[in-house]
This record gives sequence, C-alpha cells and structure tokens, in this order.
Amino acid sequence: MSAMTTPFPGTWSLPYRGKVAMAGLIIAESAIFTIFVVAYLFYVGKSLSGPTPREVLETPIFFTICLLSSSLTIHFAVKSLERGKQNTFVSLWVVTIILGGLFLFGTGREWHRLIYEHGLTISTNLFGTSYYSLVGLHAFHVTVGLVMMCIVAAFALANRIGADQSRRIDVLAMYWHFVDAVWVVVFTVVYILGR
Amino acid sequence: MQRKQNSIKLSALFVLALLFLFMATAAAAAMADPSTSLTNIFAPQSTSAKSIFDLSLFVLVITGIIFVVVFTLLVYSIVKFRGKAVDAGREPAQVYGSTQIELAWTIIPILIVVVLFLATARVLHAVQDAPQPPGAIEVTAIGHQYWWEFRYPKLGIVTANELHIPVSDPANPTPTFLTLLSADTDHSFWIPELAGKTDLIPNHPNRMWMDPQRTGIFLGQCAQYCGVQHAKMLLRVSVDSPEDFATWVRAQQQLATQDEGVVAGRRIFETTACINCHTLRGTVANGQFGPDLTHLMSRATIASGAAQNTTDNLRIWIQSPDVIKPGSLMPAMKLSTADLDSVVSYMQTLR
Amino acid sequence: MSSDAIVVPNVEFTSRPWVDTLHEWLTTVDHKRLGILYIVYALLFLVVAGVEALVIRIQLMHSHNNFVSPQVFNRLFTMHGTTMVFFMGMPILFGFANYLVPLMIGARDMAFPRLNAFSFWLSVLGGFLFYFSLVGANGLYGAGNAPDVGWWAYAPLTARAFSPGHSTDYWTLALLVSGFGSIGTAINIIATILCMRCPGMKLTRMPLLAWLNLVMAGMVLISVSPLSAAQIMLVIDRYLGGHFFDAQAGGSAVLWMHFFWIFGHPEVYILIIPCFAFMSEIIPVFSRKPIFGYPVMVAATVCIGFVSMSVWAHHMFSVGMNSYANSFFTLTTMAVGVPTGIKIFNWLGTMWGGRIQLKVPMLFCIAFLFQFLIAGLTGVMLGSAAFASQLTLSYFVVAHFHYTLVGGVVVAVFAAIYYWYPKITGRMLNETLGKWHFWLFVIGFHLTFDLMHVPGLLGMPRRIYTYEPGRGWDTLNLLSSVGAFIQAIGILLFVVNLLISYFKGDKAGNDPWDAWTLEWSVSSPPPVYNFASVPVVASRRPLWDLKHPEDPDSRYE
Repeated sequence: MSAMTTPFPGTWSLPYRGKVAMAGLIIAESAIFTIFVVAYLFYVGKSLSGPTPREVLETPIFFTICLLSSSLTIHFAVKSLERGKQNTFVSLWVVTIILGGLFLFGTGREWHRLIYEHGLTISTNLFGTSYYSLVGLHAFHVTVGLVMMCIVAAFALANRIGADQSRRIDVLAMYWHFVDAVWVVVFTVVYILGR
Repeated sequence: MQRKQNSIKLSALFVLALLFLFMATAAAAAMADPSTSLTNIFAPQSTSAKSIFDLSLFVLVITGIIFVVVFTLLVYSIVKFRGKAVDAGREPAQVYGSTQIELAWTIIPILIVVVLFLATARVLHAVQDAPQPPGAIEVTAIGHQYWWEFRYPKLGIVTANELHIPVSDPANPTPTFLTLLSADTDHSFWIPELAGKTDLIPNHPNRMWMDPQRTGIFLGQCAQYCGVQHAKMLLRVSVDSPEDFATWVRAQQQLATQDEGVVAGRRIFETTACINCHTLRGTVANGQFGPDLTHLMSRATIASGAAQNTTDNLRIWIQSPDVIKPGSLMPAMKLSTADLDSVVSYMQTLR
Repeated sequence: MSSDAIVVPNVEFTSRPWVDTLHEWLTTVDHKRLGILYIVYALLFLVVAGVEALVIRIQLMHSHNNFVSPQVFNRLFTMHGTTMVFFMGMPILFGFANYLVPLMIGARDMAFPRLNAFSFWLSVLGGFLFYFSLVGANGLYGAGNAPDVGWWAYAPLTARAFSPGHSTDYWTLALLVSGFGSIGTAINIIATILCMRCPGMKLTRMPLLAWLNLVMAGMVLISVSPLSAAQIMLVIDRYLGGHFFDAQAGGSAVLWMHFFWIFGHPEVYILIIPCFAFMSEIIPVFSRKPIFGYPVMVAATVCIGFVSMSVWAHHMFSVGMNSYANSFFTLTTMAVGVPTGIKIFNWLGTMWGGRIQLKVPMLFCIAFLFQFLIAGLTGVMLGSAAFASQLTLSYFVVAHFHYTLVGGVVVAVFAAIYYWYPKITGRMLNETLGKWHFWLFVIGFHLTFDLMHVPGLLGMPRRIYTYEPGRGWDTLNLLSSVGAFIQAIGILLFVVNLLISYFKGDKAGNDPWDAWTLEWSVSSPPPVYNFASVPVVASRRPLWDLKHPEDPDSRYE
C-alpha cells in the first residue's frame, strides 16, 4: 500500500474552496433571481388596474451610481488588503458600506413615495406584486451583504484582519459584486424594459 | 452444488419471465375486450383519437423493438458471462471502451428520436391546429368544483355535466369545438375514446374538438386534481344522430316547465337559498354558482355523475349531499320532510 | 501505509454513557456520521411513506371503497409523494454522497463540515415541519392539517380561497427549509470535489460516483432555486395579498406550472443520477471489468444535466400550449433519452465479456437495468406530446414514474446499501435474507407497477380517491394492491437484515468485494480521519494498480 503514497511529481494545486462555494451560492441565487425577473417580464402590461410603471417609476440614477461604485471601492479595498495596506483597506471598506447604505436608503425612499403618494403596494396589482418582490429580494441581499461587511469592519477596527484573511474577504467581495450585477439586471428590466 | 444453485437461479429467472408474460397477456386481454371498458384509449371513435391511436401503435412498435433487443442482450450477457467457480482469481480481459460501438449506439438512437419527433409533430399539428368547419357545433365548457357547465352560445342552451353532441359524418363533418374555461381551480376534460385531454385553467381559455364517428354514450372524468371531490367530477357525453340532437336542442331551448301541480315545491325553491346558486330559465332563479336545473330530468345522473337521477337520490342530494359526495359545495338544505317532498316533486317536473 | 489505522497501544476503553454518544452524534460534523444520519433519516421516511402507500392501495382495491375519506386520501397521496421525493430520495442520496465522496477522492472530510451538519439539520427541520402538520394548526373547515394539494401544489388550488387552512403553508415552509439545506449540501459537494481531491486525482481520474455527484450538485443549485422562488411567490400571494398566481387579478396558474416543473423535471434527474453512479461503481466490480467507456459516461451525464433543463413542459402537455411548443418539448424529451440509453448500453458493455458474480448488490443492479429500460421506453411514449395527451394525468404516468423511482432509485439504493454496508459498519449483510428481499421486492414491484399501466390506458385518471365500476379497472387495481403488500414484506426482511447483520453479520474486512476505489483501501468502518496519509493516485482504479502491478490501469489511460 506504500505505493499509494509515493509523492506526486510536480505541484498539486486546486482552487480555493471559499471561492468555489461562493460561486456555487451565486449560481443558486442567480437562478432564484431569474425566476423573479421572468415573472416580472411576463406580467409587464398585464395588470388589470392601478398605477403603471410609466406613471409612477422614477429612475434611481444617483443611488445606482452609489451601488455600482461600491463595487469599485470594495475591489480596491481587497487589493489593498492583499498588499498589507490596512488603513487603506479599512477606509475603502467603510466607504463601500456607506455607499451600500445609501442605496438602501434610496430604495426605502422610493418605496415610501410609491406607497404614500401613488398608493402602489404589493397587493395593488400585478405590477405592484412583481415590482416589490423583485426589488425587495435584491434589497434583502444588499442588507445581508451590508451586515456581513459591518461584521468585517468591526473585526478590522479591532485589528484582526490582515493580509492572511484577504482570501476570505475576497469571497465576501465576490458576493458584493454579484449583488451589484443583479442590480444591473433588475434596473434594466424594471426601469428600462418594463416601461 | 454450484450446478444446483445455477439451476435454481435459472428457474427463478424463468418463473419471473413467465410471470411477466402472464401479466402482459392479462393486460392485453383486459384492453382488447371492449365490454370491460368504455374509456379505452385504444378504442378511438373520433378522428383525433384515431390519429393519436395510430401514432401510439407506431411508437409502441419502435419501443417494443428496442425493448426486445436490449432485453435479449441483457439476458444473454448474464447467462453467457456468469462467473464460474473454476475462474476464481483470474480476471477477464480489461476492456476500457470502443469508439466505434459508442458511435453506433449514439447515432441509431438519434435517428430513432428524429423519426419519432417528426411522426409526433405531424399528428400534433393535425389535431391542435385543425380549422373549424362551418358545420361545427360550438360549446363552452366551464369547469367548477366539482361539476361541468356547458353552454351552447349559438343555440341559447345552458346545461350541466351531460353533454349532447351530434355524430359527425365524414362526408359532411359536424364536429364539436369546445372552448374550455374554469371558474375556480384547474380541471381537465377527458373522454378517452373521443379525444386527448385538455385542461380547463382559469384565465387561460383552451380550445379542443371532437368529431365522434358513431352514436352512443361516452364516458370520462376530470383528470386534473381540483380539490376534495375531483374523483366524482364525471363526464357523460351522449353522441346523438342529427335528428335526435335537433330534438334535444329544441327541448333544451324551452323555458322551465310551469306545472300547476307542483306550485308548492316551486314556491319553496324560489324562497329559499336554492335560487342563489341555481338557474331555472323563465323563473326568478338565476344563480350562477351551481348547475342550471332548467331541464334537470333530461339527465341520467346528478351530482356530475356521482349518483343516478332517481327520486331517492334527489332527496338525499338536496337534504345531505355529503352522503353522496362528501366535500362538495352543495350545502345541506335542511328542509322539513314535507318541504323536501314538495321540492323533489317540483324538480321532477323539470324535463 | 495509508490503509492501516493509526494504532494506539495500551489504552483502556471503558464504555461511555449513552448520553455522551448521543451528544456526539447530534453535534457531529464528520461526513461519515452525517452520511449515516441522512441514510437512517431517509429509511425512516421510506417506511412512513410506504405505509401511506399501503393505505392508498387498500382504498383503491375496488371501486367505491370507503376505507378512508376523500379528505384523508388526498392528504395521503400528497404526503406520500412529497415525503418520498424530499424526505427519502434526496436525503438518502445526499447521505451516500456525503459518506463516499471524500473517501473516494482521498480527502479527510467534506470542504465545509459545519455547513454539512447545518444542511442536514435543516433537512430534518423540514421533515419535522411537514409531519407536524398532522397535529398542528386548525384552519377553516378543520382543513388546516396535513398538506392535501398534491406534491406539485398547483395554483390556484393553493390560493387562500381554495385552501383556507394551513395545509399549503406546511407544504411550502417544509420544502423551503429543506430546499435551502439541499442547496447547502450541493455547494459542499461541488467545493469538495473541485478543491479536495488527493494528489494525482485529476478530474479525468475521479471515480464516476464523484463525477455524477458533481453533476447532480450542479443541477440542485440551478433547479431547486426556482422551486424556492416560486414558493416565496406563493407565500407572498397567500399572506401579503400578492397576485402572482391570482387569476382574478390577471395572474397565471400556468406560470406556477412552469416554475414548478423547471424544478420538478431536473429534480427527477437529480434523484436518478446518483443511482447511475451506484450502477457505475457496482456493476464493474461484480463483472470484474472496468466501466466500459468512462469518458462517454461522463459526457453523457453532463449532457443529461444540460438537456434535462429543457424538457420540463412535457409535464404540461395537456395545458394548452401551442403545437410548436408541444413539438419542441417532444424533441427535447426524446433527445434526453439518447444519453440515458447510452449509459444503459455502456453498463451492458461492462458486463459483456466479464465474469459476472450474482451477489445481492449485482442482482439489484440487474433489476435496475431491466426496469430502467422499461421506464425509459414508457418515458418515450409520454414524451410524444400527441400520445401523451391521452396518457398524461392517468395511471399510466403513475406507473411510469414509480417504475423510475421505485424500480430505479429505490432498487439502486438497495444495491448501494448491500454494497457499502460492509464498509460503513464492518459487517456483511446476510446473503440469504438479501436474496429473499430481492425476489419478494421485485415480484411485488412488477405485480403492482406492470399492471398499473393498464388502468391508465383504460382511462383511469390520477389522484382519485375512488373510481366507478364497469370501466375494467377493478381487478387490475386489486392485483396492484396485492403487489404492494408483497413489496412491503420484502422491505420488512430488509430492515431485519440491516438490524441483525449489524450485530451478527460476518466481519467484512477492508475489501470484501475485491474492488478498486479508494474507500476499499481503509478499514471497515474507516477511521475518523479516513486516511493515515493522504493517498497519491495514478489511475482511475488505484487499488487495481496495487493488486496488479504487472498491468496497471495507468498504462492505458
């Protein structure tokens, strides 16, 4: 049986399991979002009553820019961490959280306007149902991401995050990029195609 | 010892094969005898059912051949390549694969798939996209929990559960084209000897047609689980000669009979909750929730086939429907015996 | 020597209090223990759902029977189907994947042991929730207990208007929870296979079981998620006033069907692909030959994985799609039969020219081949949309899918248990009891499900609690019911075998079957760390190379 443990000639390197797992999660989440997007597109123009997208939606350009730039900041945050630049990492990380928080604030403000000024709720009509579900599902994922990032920020401020943890932080960054990519799709479907 | 074990195993295999053969024969016999079933998909009585039947024979022959070939190879390999005690310790030739064989048993199945697909597509198009000829009878079927509403818009008829359609002469076809709607959950309209099934789905109108080639009674039932009494949502189609159909239509077009002898029963009917659900054309009763009862006595069954249309069953149905069809949406009317007698007598005048 | 356990001399082993053992099992993150927990959990539900099936068969023994009420019957078939798919099929296959994949790829555990445990307990919570419905919640009309909407839970039957109690909610919640557990396990399997293989085990040298579980896990990720999404939509409809499937607001019942079957069809491939894996491991060993056409088997499985995502609407052939859509789904459904058929031919090719040993695992494999062939052919019939317009929603379909799930999945699981039980417990299962189990089960299976095709052809629809006499359905149903009881006796013998052999079975040793994959290089049961030193492999059958140094596989790959 010792023949089975002769050393392997050359190097044997396999992908980092954190990244593979996150890729798997992203695939599964993409499938969930796809179904909600399909439902949204299927029901465009089919509401029997109530406000239509054209009447009530305002394109959230500013908050979209916030969210998409947070992808840039998180990317550079991870790069700084890999190079051991703790302070740059922490600042960029906090900026990412702020940008994400701004996006959530913007969503909340839009929903407030839709509900109280236009009377559009999830039970109003097909547009209401599919809009709040899709945007809400995305906002939920943003929230989860922000919570995770705050936990990382807490550890970072306690000086527990160094270059050694950069692989794990990169996995979280992958998730955040995914959330942004989903927003690109949702934005296109809801604010461009759906109107 | 080994030989005895072998023979036991071989005879076990033989017994299993015999059992299978017996069951296949029994099944075939059951299907071939028309008197055992009025809902046999292999006894088609319309053009669409017949074209499906012809296609099914084609598919069965091809799959049958595939089965015989692969099964024979399987049995042969088990028998021929059984390990014998004398070979213990020696391994057979370690063969890893063969590109040629893989190609062969990839290409042949692909060809079979193409053939089956084309044969199917042809029948699909012929059945689903058939144009409606001018002589067609138009029926709107609306599925309810747990009964069928049939409307003939051009003839001004509304009835329930039992469909009357004319036989269709190939020289001068008078098929029946049905528009299928639903008032609540999903249902499915299935008369096996007249057509493949089509679902009735709310907010999703469907269309199907039947051109029965002989007169008679055809049976079927709802095929899509629709709730607690899905099993008793039966269908009864009476295929009539053109004269009989015309007679039936004329009778159905009449308003509800106004028999003086049952005025008491009629009054009870019109002053209790009955009229909330049922329609009797020509009276104040115009409820939409339950079946139209204008010509109740022209039907052989009640409760969508759950019981024969007799006096006793009518009494039970009105008084405690759960005895016949537990969970149906007909409420127990809780009438006094006298009132019940009056109402039943009234119902029995509605020919 | 990687096969030897690390021996610790001169240690006293005193018996531990049972609470400690229980605690250890409840908090384990070891893939082998979690594998056993999954399998035992699933076998329990096999018995529960089996009893549900027996009650169904008693009710259907003759026309107008009233052994159970319609309400109870409708709950029975819903519970039976849902339990068998989600709380028997998925867990038992995840259990085997958990146990075997790390051992077969030379790893010490799964990539994420704690996620593994978490996913298992999520599945348990799902099963518990599902059966809690029997005693919990009372909605209107006392309708608030066990789910009774069918395992597909079609809209709008599941709307508040038509299902006022909580039966739908238990269905939704139990499956949502166990669905997330399944996704967790799938992620774990993929990460393990891609990141934890021992040196030398390139993807092209992995045992087929690892490959097929990789494909299965990928399919879980893509297809369980649509079900979760649809269930979230259903909850929104039922509790937040949403209109996803609300016909009165313009919503679409057909949309639910599409979403459900986009999950539902790949789901059945998720169930059968690990069974193909069992066949691909067991048949070669008992034919004494390597699997015929390893690369083709991998390619065919990947092909099945992709094509099976495009066939779902063959479950909707009666729904009223136009003839072009029906034709498309006919084509894809028939097409997926090609790689499946190729696999059957390759197993045949493995047996061909071999030295077949008819031990109990191989008997079940042969039954699988025979039965899956028939199931595939009735599947071809159902795939032809025009023919299917008669066959769908009838007992022909019920017979077909029981052929694939019982004649395929359950039989393959039996083969796997007889094959790997020695590795897991260190004891052999009794061969005589095994043969009794096999023959009783196979005879009962064929009596029940061969005949069951016929009532379908004679017009008997599905999901009916009773039926009319005079349609030719009575005798056939009676015989089917008798067959069910014969199968039950077979399973009883199986359970007895499992229990007796655990205490009294012959000691198995490392490698009772003279097999070739890495799990047979360690002791039975394996030590908790699997391998004393991480193995290095040079071919697909490392133990063959060791046993036949004059003619190793590495020379031919």
